[in-house]
Amino acid sequence: MGFIAENLSTYVDGFLVTLRLTAVSGLLALVWGTVIAAFRVSPLRPLRAFGTVWTETLRNTPLTLVFFGMVFVAPQFGIIPPLGFWTAVICLATYTSAFVAEAVRSGINGVNVGQAEAARAIGLTFGQTLGNVILPQAIRSVIPPLINVLIALTKNTSVAAGFAVVELVATGRRLGVGNAAAGAWVLVGVAIFYLVLTIPLGILAARIERRVAFAR
Amino acid sequence: MLHTCNPDTWPVRVKPAYGAQMTEPEAPAPEGAVVPDVGVRDAVEPLVVLDRVNKHFGSLHVLQDIDLTVHRGEVVVVIGPSGSGKSTLCRTINRLETIDGGSITVDGVPLPAEGKALARLRADVGMVFQSFNLFAHKTVLENVTLGPIKAKGVGRREAESHAMELLDRVGVADQAHKMPAQLSGGQQQRVAIARALAMRPKVILFDEPTSALDPEMINEVLDVMVALAKDGMTMVVVTHEMGFARKAAHRVIFMDGGQIVEEADPETFFTAPRSERAKDFLSKILTH
Repeated sequence: MGFIAENLSTYVDGFLVTLRLTAVSGLLALVWGTVIAAFRVSPLRPLRAFGTVWTETLRNTPLTLVFFGMVFVAPQFGIIPPLGFWTAVICLATYTSAFVAEAVRSGINGVNVGQAEAARAIGLTFGQTLGNVILPQAIRSVIPPLINVLIALTKNTSVAAGFAVVELVATGRRLGVGNAAAGAWVLVGVAIFYLVLTIPLGILAARIERRVAFAR
Repeated sequence: MLHTCNPDTWPVRVKPAYGAQMTEPEAPAPEGAVVPDVGVRDAVEPLVVLDRVNKHFGSLHVLQDIDLTVHRGEVVVVIGPSGSGKSTLCRTINRLETIDGGSITVDGVPLPAEGKALARLRADVGMVFQSFNLFAHKTVLENVTLGPIKAKGVGRREAESHAMELLDRVGVADQAHKMPAQLSGGQQQRVAIARALAMRPKVILFDEPTSALDPEMINEVLDVMVALAKDGMTMVVVTHEMGFARKAAHRVIFMDGGQIVEEADPETFFTAPRSERAKDFLSKILTH
């Protein structure tokens, strides 16, 4: 424990990078994933097809491969991403958007079809029906799976350690190399800082779930 | 509640109530024949016209060459055994169900396939569902104002005052700020009728509006519908409520197996049905 206290500021530096990675890519993934979910239930076939291909491709690809693709394959098509924070954000957000889309889509499908029919019957367009009637009701059932997705994202940010981003895991590796004697405490420190992120996420989930609850 | 109605708040009536024009009784049609659309009906304006409409659900031919004209101010009751296609017929009129063949026009305009044009048309065709389908996350008042505000661009204040008039009209004004789940089934269905009226529709479709209600709540909904009919609203009503049909309908359509088997005025249909199928059906539902 003493080791962790002595290196607290180093840990905190890595933690803040992990926090920023999680927050920024999480936000982008939520927005883009919701758009993809809307594509998948849209009346337009090309949009549905795009949404399906996007989700299925990314959901079934290892995250590491997405990073490798971005860093080593994209340059062959003239896209040269700078190694570092924003490359990691793009990879994490892209990958996570597929899982967000699936969670949101299942929430949309969970709303009684009569709600959409009633909305269409009073002349609302597809977008208005989704935005005013379906999504507000889907949120309730979508919050728990979305928090799971965000918790997975938090831990997935560790893949960025392999691509020149000094977040928590990379910080732990550096500390471990310099302090072999400290052994397991280095890793315990890393784990504690992940918990600092993921446990509040779980609590937040329960809060939001209660707040958006409404009688059916 | 229902007696405090102010006719000015209702959708503008273009012509006198349809029934007022049906002065002369029609000559009795030959045995087994479908009453042709003739005589006095030609004097009034067709509002909803279905022409050789066909629809399949997989191998089931659920609508077979349906021809139906609903005139402005007319109340048409559609009746028939379950699976006869009556609900599907009702739902095709605002394209909640697509059709495979034929055409449907509302006020002279063919139903658009998709997009904003379809949304605009639906704003003119009200619909009341069997299961109410009030928006569960919105208050009663918001349920009624959502359509006018979003689909018609009416200002919130104006939409709310119109909504309150309508809620008062259907007798649930005191529930305006409750959530739908806090209301009884009968109250919910009356809110659903107010929600449809808020769009000032040209015609309202009722898809078995009382079938999901407890018996003691059926009349409060039927009373609202009868009052609407008396005020000249054009209505297509899928129902098994003979009392409503007798009180308010100008015409009864009997469907079976995806076809219109018989159509007649309510009195003729219930007392002297021509087809065997209708006689059989009525004997089963009128005995209890």
